[in-house]
Amino acid sequence: MSRYLLRRLLIMIPVLAGISLVLFTILCLAPGDPFEELATNPNVPPEVRANLRHQFGLDDPIPVRYLRWFTSMLKGDWGFSFVSRIDVGTLILQRLPTTLWVLGLAQLLGLLVALPVGIYAAVRPYSLFDQVSTTLAFIGFSLPTFFTGILFILFFSIYLDWLPFIYRADISATGWRWYWENLRQAIMPVAVLGLFQGAAMTRFVRSAVLEIVRLDYINTARAKGLSERVTILKHVVRNALIPVVTLVALQIPGIFTGAVITEQIFRVPGIGSLLITSILANDTPVIMAITFVFSCLVVVFNLVADLLYGWLDPRISYR
Amino acid sequence: MTPPTGVAAEAVTRTAPASRAPAVRSLWSEAFRRFRKHHLATFGAVVLLVMVAAVMVGPFVYRVPIDEIDFRAKLKGPTWAHPLGTDDLGQDLLARMLYGGRISLAVGVAAMLIAITVGTVVGAAAGHVGGTTDHTLMRLTDLFLSLPQLPLLLLLVYLFRDSLKRVLGPEMGVFALVVVVIGGLRWMPVARLVRAQFLSLREKEFVEAARGLGAPPLRQVIRHILPNAVGPVIVAGTIDVAAAIIAESSLSFLGLGFPPDIPTWGRILFDAKDNLDFAPHWAIFPGTAIFLTVLSINYIGDGLRDALDPRKVMSSRTPTPDGGAAAVGAPDA
Repeated sequence: MSRYLLRRLLIMIPVLAGISLVLFTILCLAPGDPFEELATNPNVPPEVRANLRHQFGLDDPIPVRYLRWFTSMLKGDWGFSFVSRIDVGTLILQRLPTTLWVLGLAQLLGLLVALPVGIYAAVRPYSLFDQVSTTLAFIGFSLPTFFTGILFILFFSIYLDWLPFIYRADISATGWRWYWENLRQAIMPVAVLGLFQGAAMTRFVRSAVLEIVRLDYINTARAKGLSERVTILKHVVRNALIPVVTLVALQIPGIFTGAVITEQIFRVPGIGSLLITSILANDTPVIMAITFVFSCLVVVFNLVADLLYGWLDPRISYR
Repeated sequence: MTPPTGVAAEAVTRTAPASRAPAVRSLWSEAFRRFRKHHLATFGAVVLLVMVAAVMVGPFVYRVPIDEIDFRAKLKGPTWAHPLGTDDLGQDLLARMLYGGRISLAVGVAAMLIAITVGTVVGAAAGHVGGTTDHTLMRLTDLFLSLPQLPLLLLLVYLFRDSLKRVLGPEMGVFALVVVVIGGLRWMPVARLVRAQFLSLREKEFVEAARGLGAPPLRQVIRHILPNAVGPVIVAGTIDVAAAIIAESSLSFLGLGFPPDIPTWGRILFDAKDNLDFAPHWAIFPGTAIFLTVLSINYIGDGLRDALDPRKVMSSRTPTPDGGAAAVGAPDA
C-alpha cells in the first residue's frame, strides 16, 4: 500500500510537469509582454528596460525559462502579485481554505443526496419515485450553476430574506454565533454546487446499482435469507460504487468550473474569485499560479479517487 | 445486432452501416422510430426546434433594434411594448435575446464540431495505428482530461483576446477564440470513445474482408470503420453542444466572454445579476432560455443514445444504464 502510494506520488511529477508545460507554452505563445507597461512609459529609458529584461531572464531561450519557472514553482517561489504587492503563494494560501471548505461541503452534500436517492430509485426501477427522481436529476444537471445561484438569491435572499447572499470572511461575532453566521452564509453556495454535483451523481449511482442488482449473486444473497437492507447495502452498493468512483473522478475538473462560478456569484473569497479579479486586473503571476493550483487539485483528487477505488474493490491489487 | 432479414443480405456487403440493420434507409428510419418512442426526447427536439426557429427567424419578424436606448422604459417588466421587459438602458430584452441566442447556439454547434472532429481524428489514429502512436495520444488525452476547464478557458481568453480582436474584429475574434478553446478542451471523451470503437471494429470480419480485398488503410477507416463508430459520436456530440453552450454562458456570465454589445444569454445574465432585487425578469428570461436549451439538448442526447445504441435495438424496454454516456460529458458548469 505505501509502495503503491509512493509510486503514485512519483507518477504525479511527470503529470504536473506536463500540465505546467501546457500552461507555460500557452503563456509563451500569447502575445504581450510583462514589461509592456514599462515599454510604453516614457520615463523609463530603453537601457533600463533592457537591463530589467536581462535581469529577469526574459531574453533567454524558452526551454531555459521553462525550467527556471518550473523549478521555482516546485520550490514554492510562485512570484509576486503585480496588484496586491505580496507573494502569490501567500495570497493563494489565504484563499485556498475557503475554496476547499465550500467544495468539500458541496461534495458531501452531493453524495448525501445522490447515494440514497440513486440507490432507492434503482432498487425500484420505473416506480413513481424513480421517475420523479430521474427527471429531477436531469433537470438538476441541465441547470447551469450560475442560473441556480441567481434563482437561489432571488428566492432565499430577496423574496424570503432568510439568507445573506454575500459571503464574508470577517464575521465579527464570536462563539456560537460565529459558527452560526458562517454556516448560514455557506448554505447557498454549498447548496448550488452540491445539488448540481448530486444530480449528476444520482444518475451514475442509479445506473450502476441497476446493473448490479440484476446479477445472480444478488439473488443468491436474497435466497440465503439475508435481509433486504443487508443485501442492498453490503452486496449491491459496495460493488456499484466502484464505477461511480471512476465517474466522479472524471467529473473532478468540472467541479472547479462550478466552484469558480459559485464563488463569483456569492462573492466567496476563495481562489476562484481571486482568479476572476486577477484576470480583470491583468495580474499574470496570480493567474498562472491559480490555474496551476487548480490543476494540482485535480491531480490530487484523482489520486484520492484511485485510493478509494482500491479500498472499495480489494480485487484491485496495489502493485 | 438485429437479425438481418433475408432480402438485405447483399446490402450488408455494400454499405458499411448496414452491418447493424437491413439497409441504410431503414437503419435511420428505425433509429428515428426508436427516438420518437422516447417522449421526453421528442419533446426536447420540438422545444429546441422552436428555439432555433425563433432565433433564426425572430429578428426578421420582431424588428425592434437591440440597442435602442429608452430611459423612460428602463427596467420595466414584461409589457405589450416589450414582451420580455427591458434592461437598465431601456433596451428591449426580447430583441436582445433573439439576437444573442443566435450566437449562443452557434457557439454550441461550432465548438461541438471542433470537438468531435479533433476527437475522431485522435481516436481513429490511436485506435487504428496502435503501438507508440496509440500510447502517446492516449497519454495526451489523459493529460487534457486532467486540465481544469474553466480556469484554463479563462487563462486562454485573457491571454489571446485582445490580439484576436485586433485581427478579426470584436465579434468574430471573441467568437473564434471561444469556439476553438471550448472545442479544443472537449475532444477527449470523443477520442476515447472512437478509439474503443476502432479497437473492436478493426478486428471484425467485414474490415478484415475489406483488408483482404486490398482496401488501403484510409479507405478501411473512412468507408468501413468510421460509419460503424458514428452512433456514440453523435450522442457525445449532442451532449457537447449543451456543454459548449454552458461553457460560453459561464464565460460571458463572468464578464470575460463576449463584449456587452453582443448580448449572448450569458452576457445578459452578467449584466442582470446586480439588479436582481428590482428587475428579476432581466435575469430570469435569459437564464430560462439557457436552461431550456440545455435541458432539451440533454434529453435529445438521451433519446439518441437509446435510438443509436446497437445493444438496445433488440428490446427497447430494458433498463438503460446511462453511466457510460454520462461519462461522455455531463455538462460541467
